[in-house]
Amino acid sequence: MSFENELEKGQFYLPECLSCKKWVWPPSEFCDGCNGETSLKKKEFEGKIIEFSKQNDSYFCIVEFYDSIRIMAKMTTCPKKDQIVKISKCGIIDGSYFFHII
Amino acid sequence: MSEVGIIAYGTSPFTKEDHKIESMLHKSTNDLFKKNPDINKNKIDAVLVSTNNNSKYLSPVLSEMAGIQPKIAHSIESLCNSGTNSIVSAFSYISSGLADMVLVTGAERYDSPGQILEWDNSRGEFKHPIFWASIFSKSYKREYGISDEQLAIVSVKNHKQAKENPNALSKKTYTVEDVMNSKKLTDDLRLLNCSRPCTGSASILLASKEVAEKYTDMPIWITGIGQKTTSAGFTKNTSLTSMESTTIAGQSALKMSNRNISEIDVAELHDAFSVCEPMILESLGFTNPGEGINMSQKLHEESNFMINPRGGLIGSGHPLGATGISQTIEIVQQLQKTAESRQTNNPKTGLVHNMSAAATSSTVLVLEK
Repeated sequence: MSFENELEKGQFYLPECLSCKKWVWPPSEFCDGCNGETSLKKKEFEGKIIEFSKQNDSYFCIVEFYDSIRIMAKMTTCPKKDQIVKISKCGIIDGSYFFHII
Repeated sequence: MSEVGIIAYGTSPFTKEDHKIESMLHKSTNDLFKKNPDINKNKIDAVLVSTNNNSKYLSPVLSEMAGIQPKIAHSIESLCNSGTNSIVSAFSYISSGLADMVLVTGAERYDSPGQILEWDNSRGEFKHPIFWASIFSKSYKREYGISDEQLAIVSVKNHKQAKENPNALSKKTYTVEDVMNSKKLTDDLRLLNCSRPCTGSASILLASKEVAEKYTDMPIWITGIGQKTTSAGFTKNTSLTSMESTTIAGQSALKMSNRNISEIDVAELHDAFSVCEPMILESLGFTNPGEGINMSQKLHEESNFMINPRGGLIGSGHPLGATGISQTIEIVQQLQKTAESRQTNNPKTGLVHNMSAAATSSTVLVLEK
């Protein structure tokens, strides 16, 4: 069960270290702290908008999970700083990840 | 550790022309040897090539084209700060005693693959540099109450200074209104806030003190080097209003040279986008946080070329692998007082700041007469 296999199915599951319980990002089978193995945590994650800007009709946001993991995600409604959001859609197109939030 | 000096340089114009990477590498290297006919190519121990181009074996290729048979020949790639990474490698070869004279040549084409870091999937579909620049701009403006018009001054200043640089891509001057009315890329970034990828090359020759003093009366010494990599991915930046790697690299370089930031007379800073210049000024300690834009504005009003005299990346263009070397050449010219209409007032100590991928990695050099 790799992060990318799940992402391709539209699931956003974060890897957690089985030994030290650290959230590992970018996704990897090994922990960058203790070098232990990781496992995907199957749950719905809530993130917080750290910053955003806008291009054409959509917004691009920095979203933070667990005070450590940050991604850039698309939002169609006007975001607010510190707003709590969830991943509504995600996947991989031409090798690049994409994340949409609501 | 032996002293290392810069004894010669060459450059090509920065353009949008379509040339092979090998031709571009040869262009500035040839310019260096034409300007310095006394250089004995047989004494060059290493040839280092700085580029993001995907062509293979470029250092041996350049060596053959230029008539050099070095002991050491290889390429160095680190996105936008490949150039100063190559200079640091040359310094290391010389100071360790592995080489006495090293040629460093950087080149890039306008369509460089180094413009986008494909690996950084944390950016999602927003991998182009305009997106991290927009986030930096929005955050910086929000934190310090800075307006778009204030940030536009960086572009106005650096285009004005580039007009005095015969090798710069930009040949025009612009007003704040021009910047504000240029193409809107995002809500926080206009086209004239951006440096532009281009085709160009730059070369320098470094040597040990013993060799340097045989060739020139005006060697410029590299007295400080600082480098720091905090991550590869943009979203790992803990601050969106300052540059941690730049702060650490700057402190290291100043400590090595036994200088304070107040002793820096002239500096080339990596203004990939308008917001970068004030952020770098603040991160290096030239000003307090939030006051970098005031320094850029004051320098512009006084036509003081102290910061980015060649026009920075915004005015000169940004051929990635050549940029750090071109910045270094500018500071060499400033210290040698050969910068003509860009010349600042009697500088003795200069600084080069070159960074990669949204300041995830920075290199700072201190240069002195």
